[in-house]
Amino acid sequence: MADALGLLARHGDDAAIVAGGQSLLPILNFRLAAPELLIDIGRLDDLKQITEGDDYIEIGALLRHCDLADSPLIGRDLPLLHQAINHIAHPAVRHRGTIGGSLAMADPAAELGACCLALDGAFSLLSGREQRWVAASDFFKGVYETALQPDEILTAIRIPKPVRNSISVFEEIARRRGDFAMAGLALVAAPNSLRIALLGVADRPVLAGQTMALLSANPTAVDAAMEMIATEIEPPDDPAYPPAYRRHLVQVLLRRALSRLPQ
Amino acid sequence: MTAKHWRIALTVNGEAIAREVPVRLNLVDFLRHDLGFTGSHVGCEQGACGACTIVMDGETVRGCLVLAVQADGCAIETIEGGVDDDLRQMFHTLNALQCGFCTPGMLLSAAELLRANPDPSRDDIRDYLSGNFCRCTGYQAIVDAVETVAKARRS
Repeated sequence: MADALGLLARHGDDAAIVAGGQSLLPILNFRLAAPELLIDIGRLDDLKQITEGDDYIEIGALLRHCDLADSPLIGRDLPLLHQAINHIAHPAVRHRGTIGGSLAMADPAAELGACCLALDGAFSLLSGREQRWVAASDFFKGVYETALQPDEILTAIRIPKPVRNSISVFEEIARRRGDFAMAGLALVAAPNSLRIALLGVADRPVLAGQTMALLSANPTAVDAAMEMIATEIEPPDDPAYPPAYRRHLVQVLLRRALSRLPQ
Repeated sequence: MTAKHWRIALTVNGEAIAREVPVRLNLVDFLRHDLGFTGSHVGCEQGACGACTIVMDGETVRGCLVLAVQADGCAIETIEGGVDDDLRQMFHTLNALQCGFCTPGMLLSAAELLRANPDPSRDDIRDYLSGNFCRCTGYQAIVDAVETVAKARRS
């Protein structure tokens, strides 16, 4: 790790960190980026642990999607992640892709960023200067843009344990199994709170704050929530999937998700 | 610390191999061009098509999304190393291919599915093979072949 941080401090923007490479390699293959230096952190075993605190779970950045899917601890306490991972690409990609890599890449259609938002997680960013925690809600800045400084590596994800009797729902719509989502929704409902994060509908994963407030105050206001969630998002101007279509998809996703909650 | 070439040692289909490779070389290109294992196909080069599927330390991966240097110390298997004989034979019997470009990846993915789940539903099979969807067959015969092998193994 010290070597990786030293190289990153020296080379900064000319270097790229590669972990599983499942997002970076396509970018390199298409020559969309040509970093001078690749720093492969894939074998730093210290970043492959899941640790359990009294009120949180900390996930090492190099845990692969398949590792999370196989983890009984994640299955028990963070079932939202289990649900979401089934939608991430395909088994062969899940064997290499890592949670830290997905978050640091910050594709707006990625599943795990929205999950971390819905779960109110935070990310550990480490450089040779300092280690700091950044909340998921402050981390994502735009398409492929994050709070990471050029000399920082995302090393861990810390997620508060959901309160007892909370329910998680993940839903997404893609053209084919494993394709990038056109829209997705991660919902965590606890007895006195409700959090909803959306993916694929903005330049970053976003919380549906107004809809959350409405449903938290009045869980039966489903029709009003449908109206609200469609109006509070600003989908990108994409000719393939115009904003009106994505607003409709988000309504479909919210209706599906709410129908999975106990009445 | 920085280099344009790197010496790697790995096994491919059980044979120990040591080579110096450009650090930027993709694993599938190393297998095809340096070692001649051309059964791993290069289709989309973005991880979508699955034609380059190979097995790395016992798990399927995309050969186009792994650098050759990242395979240092690993055990790589390609379709040339063989795949479950009953599966290969059933693909032949049921004509579970047309052009054959996707077939090596289909076979390796299907073999992995059957190791993890000996009794998959047709939906399970389609889900697992979704990362190898290509174009020409419609997949009906491929799903038939995987399902038939699973049933035969359980009987």
